[in-house]
Amino acid sequence: MPSLEHPAYPAADLLHLESLVPCRESQVSMLLSIFGERQQFSFPSIFIYGHTSSGKTYVMQTLLTTLQLPHVFVNCVEYFTSRLLLEEILMQLQSSSSDTEQTCPVHCDTLNDFVRLFKQAVASPALQDQTLYIVLDRAEQLREMEANILPAFLRLQELTDRNVTVVLLSEIVWELFSPSVGCFEPFTMYFPDYSIGHLQKILSQNHPPEYSADFYSAYINILLGVFYMVCRDLKELRHLAALNFAKYCEPVVRGEANERDTRKLWKNIEPHLKKAMQTLYLREISSSQWERLQNDGGEPGQLKGLSAHTHVELPYYSKFLLIAAYLASYNPVRTDKRFFLKHHGKIKKTNFMKKHEKTSNHLLGPKPFPLDRLLAILYSIVDNRVAPTANIFSQITSLVTLQLLSMVGQNDQLDGPRYKCTVSLDFIRAIAR
Amino acid sequence: FRGRNDDSEDTELRFVTCQSLWNQIKLETEQIQEDLNKQLLDNLVSFLSRSLSEFQEKTTEWTCRMKFREIPTAALVLGVNVTDHDLTFRGLADVLQDNVTPYIALLEAKDCSGIKNLMQKLMGQLMNCDIDVDLLEDEDSVQVSQNRIRCSMSSLISWYESVTKKTDSETPSKKRNSSSRHWQSPPVVVIFKDMESFSTKVLQDFIVISSQHIHELPLVLIFGIATSPMIIHRLLPHSVSSLLCIELFQSLSCKEHLSTIIDKLLLTSQFPFKLGEKVLQVLINIFLYHDFSVQNFIKGFQLCIVEHFYSQPLSVLCCQLVDVKKRVYSLSHDQCENIRRLPSFRRYVEKQESGKQVALLTNDSFLKEETEKLLEDLHVYHENYVSILRCLHVFTSSLPKYPLGKQIRELHCACLENRVWETEEYESSLQLARMLNKTDLVTMLQQCVEILTSSSGKEFDKTVEKLKEFLTQFQNLGGEASQEQDVSVSSQMELQKKTDLYHLQKTLLELKESRRSKKLTKFEMLRFEVVDYVDSLVRKYLVPADDRTLHEIAYFNAAAVLRGHLNAAPRTALHTALNNPHWYLKNQALKCDGGGISNKAPDICIVYKLHLECGRLINLVDWLEAFSTVVMAAEEPNADAASSDQVDDIIHARFIRAVSELELLGFIKPSKQKTDHVARLTWGGC
Repeated sequence: MPSLEHPAYPAADLLHLESLVPCRESQVSMLLSIFGERQQFSFPSIFIYGHTSSGKTYVMQTLLTTLQLPHVFVNCVEYFTSRLLLEEILMQLQSSSSDTEQTCPVHCDTLNDFVRLFKQAVASPALQDQTLYIVLDRAEQLREMEANILPAFLRLQELTDRNVTVVLLSEIVWELFSPSVGCFEPFTMYFPDYSIGHLQKILSQNHPPEYSADFYSAYINILLGVFYMVCRDLKELRHLAALNFAKYCEPVVRGEANERDTRKLWKNIEPHLKKAMQTLYLREISSSQWERLQNDGGEPGQLKGLSAHTHVELPYYSKFLLIAAYLASYNPVRTDKRFFLKHHGKIKKTNFMKKHEKTSNHLLGPKPFPLDRLLAILYSIVDNRVAPTANIFSQITSLVTLQLLSMVGQNDQLDGPRYKCTVSLDFIRAIAR
Repeated sequence: FRGRNDDSEDTELRFVTCQSLWNQIKLETEQIQEDLNKQLLDNLVSFLSRSLSEFQEKTTEWTCRMKFREIPTAALVLGVNVTDHDLTFRGLADVLQDNVTPYIALLEAKDCSGIKNLMQKLMGQLMNCDIDVDLLEDEDSVQVSQNRIRCSMSSLISWYESVTKKTDSETPSKKRNSSSRHWQSPPVVVIFKDMESFSTKVLQDFIVISSQHIHELPLVLIFGIATSPMIIHRLLPHSVSSLLCIELFQSLSCKEHLSTIIDKLLLTSQFPFKLGEKVLQVLINIFLYHDFSVQNFIKGFQLCIVEHFYSQPLSVLCCQLVDVKKRVYSLSHDQCENIRRLPSFRRYVEKQESGKQVALLTNDSFLKEETEKLLEDLHVYHENYVSILRCLHVFTSSLPKYPLGKQIRELHCACLENRVWETEEYESSLQLARMLNKTDLVTMLQQCVEILTSSSGKEFDKTVEKLKEFLTQFQNLGGEASQEQDVSVSSQMELQKKTDLYHLQKTLLELKESRRSKKLTKFEMLRFEVVDYVDSLVRKYLVPADDRTLHEIAYFNAAAVLRGHLNAAPRTALHTALNNPHWYLKNQALKCDGGGISNKAPDICIVYKLHLECGRLINLVDWLEAFSTVVMAAEEPNADAASSDQVDDIIHARFIRAVSELELLGFIKPSKQKTDHVARLTWGGC
């Protein structure tokens, strides 16, 4: 394994850094070689991408803080407009450069202002002859902002004529940013996913103080065996590990098994973990509920998950409206006459034929239908007469707000609105029962 | 409300009565609402306190360090009756304000089209509520609102820090009233009123942002969900929903809510005002068929009250029993005449002997005495009615298939409609009741005794005694019943002993025979007796209200009026207006005879009628031609000179105006397929 070496930084710091970022040594050393020495100009912009929780943010943050490089760290989701983003960068700059806590609010509306104010801020002695790093986390959000923001950040070094490097972190590849022609191409770098070995190593690293590292890593091994198939998210795994560890330790605490008795422990924990995968991982029940269950020793069966409550109570006509909408969405128009125009007795027979056709129509998804067709079908499926009252119409609108129907095309209401039915066959079955 | 058109007096009094009655009912409903929501709100408060304590106690523990911070979230499933939610949320906000935290923001989807609007709204609400709590913050929040444009999470956090610091440093005397009820560092509660309508992006962004700052800002989210909790998974991807720690809370179903409301408002003798069968049916139908909204039900009820007091001059007598006497004696002659005109009163008079008839019809003071007596009778009838209705409900609600309905409101409607004992359903339910087993019957009887003893009616002492007698008889029966069982068991044993087919058949036949011919056991006799007794009670007390004299005073029965008000039919109304202008304009000249198109009607009516005859696409030229023919029909004598091919300019202009009016009403729209055609948007053509 390549140990981190760089002439510009003290070896102790590097060693510390290495212990903090397991399984990412090669990336870190790569970054270090790009950064060069403190006063050296670096590459103007670096683009780092990789899957969720592959350590991009963490590595950048630890790297910059342990080596005490001047930096600004901004999350683009949080500062959702360009103005907020720019102001936040300037604010952080001010507070890092000046010793006094007092920072006056900055007003920065355009990039032009930003460049000017940036030059002022960087001029302070603390930042002199050092590379300043601006890290933009979740950089894909930049695409939503004004068109000039992203290209400007890419060549900020050139625009400001200062020693600055912009690091963009994102989960998507650079090609998807589809920058305009003539844009500065950043140095792209890929953080690969952690392998199962990596995960094992990282997860085992911070074991609880009261248990030995071996014991914990055995536990992690079991945990990964269950969850690795469905989840490779490090954060999620850590979360699950923390929640289920108490259960794992139970036999040891009770004195029924010692720490080496892996097999026994495995037998104890395995069904439990499986249950956790079905409920907890999908957020069917919340983690606090899970913890309480563990403490009470109760069965998770008592607690119904979120998806257990699928049944929706609807008013009588709403049900029929929804069914009519469903029929209108999934049946072609030409069959309407066959299904609905005949007298009552035939409808049941035709139901069979409907099902045969549905299989193909279901793959195609719902089709839009005009309001009149919906009402016509409604009148034919409801037994008694329905007056077209305002209540019926308002129910259609309320179904739209409940997202059971959706309106297609945002044209005028008078212009013959068209709808789509967005619920599934199971839902309709439950309602039609 | 004031503009009562009838000339009789007492309008003022009626108005006052109506107002006081409505106020009573309103208070009652609010009380009910509060009671019903109490459980839910308590659960929520305990959830909040739990999540907060978790927030505070963490930090050092290993497990807490390991798992990432989730935002505590309550998913509140409220049902599809969105109109009722407002009240619930208001109650919730009040309770939270009193018990948990001053920092509450209620967000609605229509205000939050983007994350920016959401933050703006959120900060505005939080900082305003701050002013309410203590006025010291006033200058501070004004300052904030000046640069409110900087609506980011960091400014929110700094605001929160400053606020909590300030409350800590406040003088203890001041602290007592505010902080003693709130906890240290109260959480910020954000309520999303209508989760379904929020756009996915806004919610995701907000959750991601706030999860990053959960350490500095103890945030609690409450989602108001109308459909099912599955919507959370549909709106939020796993990466976002994994940031939440969701707990589910279910509010009471609106049907149960309605049942309680009906139980408390209609099935009591507390309020003199009653709903007739048809009206109640209309209200319940609107509820069940259309909106599930209890709020609307109460609104409809209010409308009934107003309409009743407005249209019925005698409703002045619809008041509490204590006031009746005074009011009856202050009745004017006109009002007495009104009483005499009531159909139920006339029926009553006809039954009396002739001398009394004359007295009733001529002597006002005698009439007043009689009226008072009758009203008292009516009141007593109500009391008895309710109790017996509940008893009957105890019996019918446990029968298989519920011939008389599961809910007490259905039974109530059936009883109001006509003599319930004459209906088939009643017959069949009695049949079923005769087959009840002993334990059920005993528990039912016990329930009935409870109901009757708790009711205020005085006549039930005897009934209760009788029922208790039945109960003791049942208890005595216990021993005998076991004997009988023995007999049957022994015969069963015999049956098992005999293996031979012939014998088996024989014994089976014998058994059957004996069963058929067997005299009714004591238990069965008693059961018949009980059922007959209940039947007699029903016949005595559950007389439909229409048969009672003077029921018009207390009952509101104009269902058609109510339906017209509550269940509007815009399409039908529009069609009537255009097709038959006489209906609304009341102009004799417009009265037309069926199919023909009168040329005296307004232009738009003519155009509308003509367009009804066309298909999906209408040729404008043809239409104009037809229009001018109809209009010219009247002016025929002098028009033949000018009847060239050229259509009169004025008629042309009138036609164009009428067509554009139709377009405005949404009947037609210009078509792109053919330039000189318009497309119909309503029925026909397809």
